Formats: sequence, C-alpha cells, structure tokens
Amino acid sequence: MGKRIGMEVGIAAAEAVGLCNIDVAAVYPITPQSHIAEHLSDIVHDGRIDAEFITVESEHSSISACAGASATGARVYTATSSQGLMYMHEILPIVSAMRLPVVMGNANRAVSGPLNIWNDHTDIMPQRDSGWIVMHAENGQEVIDMTIQSFKIAEHADVMLPTVLNMDGFQLTHMIEPLEFPTQAEVNKFLPDRVPYATLHPDKPMSMGCFNMPEIFTETLKAKDTALINSKKTIVKIWNEWEKQFGRAYKPVETYKTKGADTMILTMGSMGETASVAVDELRKAGKPIGLVKLRLWRPFPLEELRMAIKGCKTLIVMDRAVSFGGAGGPMATEIKSLLFHDKDRPRIVDFIMGLGGRDVTVENFIDMVMRAGKKKDESYEYYGVRE
Amino acid sequence: MNTVQNFELYAPKLIEKREFFSSGHRACQGCGEVLGLRMIMKALGEDVVVSNATGCMEIISTAYPHTAWETPYIHVAFENAAAVGSGVEAGLKALRRKGKIADRDVKSVAIAGDGGTVDIGLQSLSGAMERGHDMVFFCLDNEAYMNTGIQRSSATPFMAATTTSPAGKAIKGQRTGKKNVAEIMVAHNLAYVATACPSYPLDLMEKVKKAKAVKGPAYVHVYTVCPTGWRAASEQTIKLGRLVVETGIFPLYEVENGKYRLTLETPEPRRPVEDYLKLQGRFRHLDPSDIAKVQALVDKEYRKLMHKVKTSVPWS
Amino acid sequence: MKQKKWPEAWHEVTPGCMVFTPGSASTYKTGSWRAQRPIYDNKKCIKCGICYLFCPEGCISETAEGFFEANLDYCKGCGICAHECWPQAIAMIEEEV
Repeated sequence: MGKRIGMEVGIAAAEAVGLCNIDVAAVYPITPQSHIAEHLSDIVHDGRIDAEFITVESEHSSISACAGASATGARVYTATSSQGLMYMHEILPIVSAMRLPVVMGNANRAVSGPLNIWNDHTDIMPQRDSGWIVMHAENGQEVIDMTIQSFKIAEHADVMLPTVLNMDGFQLTHMIEPLEFPTQAEVNKFLPDRVPYATLHPDKPMSMGCFNMPEIFTETLKAKDTALINSKKTIVKIWNEWEKQFGRAYKPVETYKTKGADTMILTMGSMGETASVAVDELRKAGKPIGLVKLRLWRPFPLEELRMAIKGCKTLIVMDRAVSFGGAGGPMATEIKSLLFHDKDRPRIVDFIMGLGGRDVTVENFIDMVMRAGKKKDESYEYYGVRE
Repeated sequence: MNTVQNFELYAPKLIEKREFFSSGHRACQGCGEVLGLRMIMKALGEDVVVSNATGCMEIISTAYPHTAWETPYIHVAFENAAAVGSGVEAGLKALRRKGKIADRDVKSVAIAGDGGTVDIGLQSLSGAMERGHDMVFFCLDNEAYMNTGIQRSSATPFMAATTTSPAGKAIKGQRTGKKNVAEIMVAHNLAYVATACPSYPLDLMEKVKKAKAVKGPAYVHVYTVCPTGWRAASEQTIKLGRLVVETGIFPLYEVENGKYRLTLETPEPRRPVEDYLKLQGRFRHLDPSDIAKVQALVDKEYRKLMHKVKTSVPWS
Repeated sequence: MKQKKWPEAWHEVTPGCMVFTPGSASTYKTGSWRAQRPIYDNKKCIKCGICYLFCPEGCISETAEGFFEANLDYCKGCGICAHECWPQAIAMIEEEV
C-alpha cells in the first residue's frame, strides 16, 4: 500500500476521482463542495487526466449534462451540496429511472431557508425517494475508497444505478487528514472500463427516456424499486472485493463495541467518529453502550441493521435532519417503521442534532445517552435547542 | 454570356429519400411542427444524436414501447434539452478522443419547442451556447405551450389568444410581443443563427445542413404551424407558413458571423398582416384597430431587422 | 428482439424503458383517425413530389409509375397534399363510416 499523506478531504475526493479514468465531469460550484470542483478542474486542465470538464451554468444543467454524457457510454462525475442538490432534485429520479450510472459526491450542507452553509443532512434526506444509491463516508479515507467503489457499483451490470456519496460539509470536506491513496495500477485492477448496457450512437440507434402510459407505469416503478433493492447484494460483493485487494473493510452497517450493549447510539456520517469516543468513555465508566453506524442509506440495509442491534433495548437515533410537521428525524422514522412488526424491537429515541453546522461533542453524546434514559415522552427532541 | 443568378432547383425528388422519423407518430392532423421535424431529420441524416425536450414532439413519438425516431434519441426533461445535448457532445468527444468509440463524426442536436427554448429552457440554452459546444439547437416554435393545452409562452405573438392570455373583457390576448431568441443567440456570438419555415422546405434543409456543418454551436429557429392551437384548418399549414413570411411577421434570414442576410427577399409591399390573422381562430377577436396595432409592431420589428441586414458586417 | 405481449409484466420492462427498435411507432396505424381521404386524378399529376414533401406523416411515396400516393394505413386526412398540389390532382373526399 502507499504511504500516508496529509490532505484536505475535499481535495482528496477530487484526487480519487482523478484515479478513476472518468470521461466527463460537469460541475457547478457551491460551498462547501467548491474545493472538489476546483481541484478536479486542476487535474483535468493540467492534463493529468483526459476528460471533458463542463463548467455548467447551474446544477440542474450539471446533472442533465451528466445524464447526456452517461447515455453515450461515458464515465461521468459530478459534485454538489445543499441548494445545488435541491436544484437537481427534479432530474434525480429521471437519472435513476433511466438507469444511468452517474456518480455524485455530495458535501452535506443545510438546506435553505434560512441560508446556512454549514453541515447537516437536510440536503440528502429529501432525495430519499429518488431511486439513487445513497452512501455516507465517515472520514477522509472512506471518502477516497468509497468514491472509487462508487464507479464500480454504479456501472455494474447487475446495478446500473446512479450513486451519491455523502461527506459532511466542512466537518469532513475541509479537514486535513492522513490519507492513503491507492496507486493508479491498483485502481485500474479494481475498476475496469465501463461496459455500457446501451449507448447513444448511430452505429446502433435506440431511444432513451420514452414516456409511460398508466397501463405500464406501475410495472416500470416496481422494476426500478426492485433494481435498487437488489443492488445491495452487488454493493456488498464489491466491498468484499475491495477488502480483498486493499485490506480495508466496508459494510452496510458498521458496529463499534456493540457486544453486550443494551443501549446503542445510531449515527450516519462523520459524527460516528465523535460518538465512538463517547462510547469509549461510557464503556470505561461501566455502561453497556454500543455504536451502530449506517454506511448505506439506500437501499436500506434492514437485515444488517437487525443483526447489528440484536440484544439492544434502547436505540438512540442521531438525526441531522427533520421532517417538519411529521414523525421527526428521517432515520428514526424509517427504522421505527421497518422494525414495527419485529417482536423484539428496541425502544427508539429520536434526537435531532447537529443542524446547520452546530457542533456535537463527546460530552453532548454522553448527555444524550443520559437524557434518553430519563425521557418519558417518546416524541422527537431537538437536542441542545435554547428554550 | 448570361448566367441565371440565384437559381434554386425546387425539386422535392432530389432531397434525402430516407425518413428518419417514422409514420405512426401521434401528432395532430396537419401538424406543422412534426412536418418541420421530419424535414430537419432528413437534412441532418443519420450521424446525429438527438436530445429532445418534453413537448409535443417528444410525446407523439416516444410512447413506450414504441419510438418514431430512427436516430439515437434521448429525452430527459423539459428545460434541459441544451444541457443534455452538451453532455452528449462532451461524452462523444471524450470517448472518441480516448478511442473508446468509432472515429466517426456524430453531431449532437438538441430539439425543443418554444416553451423549452424561450422560457424554461433559456438558461440551459444560453449556458450550452456560451460554452461553445459543437452542437445545433433547433427551436420548433408553435407559439405557445401546445402539449399542455395551448398556454401562452413568451414566443406567443402580440394579441394571440391562448388559455392563459385569453381574449376577453380585461385583456385582448397576449399583451407582449414575441421574444426574439434569434437575436439573443446572435448576442452569444454564434457562427450561425437562422430562421426557417417548413413552407420553404429547401431553404429550411439548406439551413439545417449549414448549421450542422458549423464546428461549434449553431441555432435554428423554426416557425411551425399548429392548426389545433391556432384554430386554423388543418390543410392551411403550408399556406400559413407562406403568409407569415410574405407579411414580414417571420422573415427568413440567417446570421453568419454577425452578417445578417435575408434568404428570402420579401417582395415589397409586404402583404398586410390581416391576410395572415384572419385564417386563425386565435386572432378572431381582433377589431381593425387591433389589427393596426399588430401591423405597427410587425413593421417595427421588420424595420429593425432590415436595418441590420443593410448595415451589419461580419465580425471577422 | 422477442415480441413481448403488451402490456408486459414488471420484469419484462426494458431497463430505463429503453426502446431498441427504431421507428417502431410504425406499428401504430394512424389511418383510423381520418375523417377524409385523398383521391388522385393522375391525368393532372405532374409527378413533382410536393405532396410527398409536405406530408406531416411522411406517408406519401412514389408508385411504380412515378405518381404519388398516400399510405392509407397512416394518412390522417389533414388535406395539406390536396391544398398544395399545383395542378390540383388531389381532392379530399369524406371517409366512409
């Protein structure tokens, strides 16, 4: 393996893309993604890689250009955040319906209003139903590894779906971390050239994006849903291939000190690292606490989650987003509904925290565990809100 | 020796025989837009990839599991035909350069209606043209959002009745004139901008070929009659197209590197706009003073264009 | 490509609803739409091909003798050909019920 170097994670993400032999990138800048866009531009315009870099005039056009390029058989990449992702929202379900393997990096940032450029998950949650494969990275190394894996997953003949890799804006993208890059030869071995299912070329004319009458639409949607559900098998297979080649393991649900834990914290994204320190301290104090970290959000890894929370009596879900006027945090809501029929489902406590860049410390996590124990009503709670 | 000047052979039998847009499409009887599209596709040939916006042409041609398109085709959404087309262009360029696809000239062509060009599509059109992609953008202009039921667009002409600019007590049809997107395209410094009409098929096909030959972005604005939306008889499609040119409402011109040139000299005096308006139900609420207003606006726009024709010089 | 029975089952839908048979719309015969149909007086026809050029359906083609006739499988009876024919060799008559 290579040696470790210190690099800003956003820049490392661009470097990882640079290893993947992309053909087209279409990006529009938005804080905190802009370093990814800028560095990818450097890589292309310095001639380090041979790709077309389209400086589109909006995110709607960046995802549209990616769709067009992907349809010709090109390997494509884009990156965005928050408002940009929301501007793409209209096109996201179309890209997944058309089975175009677009790979996207998303620097998680709060969604307006009001305007807030700092980190939370309110930008990715509204894209839940879009049919994309959604993954979260916890640290810089995962950003590199999962970016490279994303291309293989998206383009796999049994998947053919677009993927979005989430990395917490500023909290992760702007951190300088010690990172290990695979060599170009190693990436070439892991990631072969794309073999498209169909392409736009006069050699073999075909039509993409045909519309559906009511008599066939239900079938089309079930086919799309099934494709997304079935993609989990291939995602796990590709993660196993990665572990075999590079020695770093990736699972849909990661666990930390969950053995014998009757209370578990559930996180997604970079806050998992902070939570693990809290778990260490609580364990030192004799409390049987564990940590469950979701890496794969869509397709939702229910079986893996069930295995991870075996024996858990209280599951404290740390949501960095909320559904206004609804059941609370998206993760807690999803898990509650998926476990509804399970006989030995845990009590689920839902904290909304870390919104708009609000820091969540080790002490906060320990405090939330205490509060969870004392909570009487089961409604969701904004942790740390000034009353 | 005398040589006949400006002699075009008007011979339909000499044009491309292959149909790149099949019958069995579901356009209305007498649809001018699908006629324009059929001619464009003949002039383009097979080495194209079409990126199409949502609209009449997309809906009538691609009801799964069928397609009327004989060329590669992609439809994504309403406002991004130009953006998708720019992605197609970039993808083909990169793949060809890297030797992953055949070394063959394939043109990216974006086709949208007036809605998907002048209104919701204007941003992506401007972006794609400014970036200089090697692609052609065709606006098929039937002067309203026809596919959704005849609502006004900014290409709807002055005083035309649509469902959202109706003729009634408070307003008398469209209150503003037609947005001149060809001018906007010239302002983007495109090497080739043209207006065309299917009633002059050889002129249209010649312009399509010229636009395709440009190494860079080109724009063609095609006036297409909609008998359904305009409340005109279905057999009048070609006649209306001739009248719109003879009255000077939609002059046929091209702008090559900034030099304006009429490709069809409108004989003076131009026919009065009334000859054109009276054939369409969307103008039937116009009284003589309204028609005079329309005539004045048409005259003004025509004068503006003629000034450019007389005084413009090529940029280089 | 095997001909699937329409409408198909969910697992038979092509990925992304892609259509691999260009021009397959021609299996839909729009001729049933029309209320009037063109008839030809070939004594007047000058074989110019204008009707073929102006047909929105693209369904007019040259016969063996060089005259032009609409394919009644697709002709929607719009009347453009009759209206544009210079020697007026085409007339539109009402379609039988």
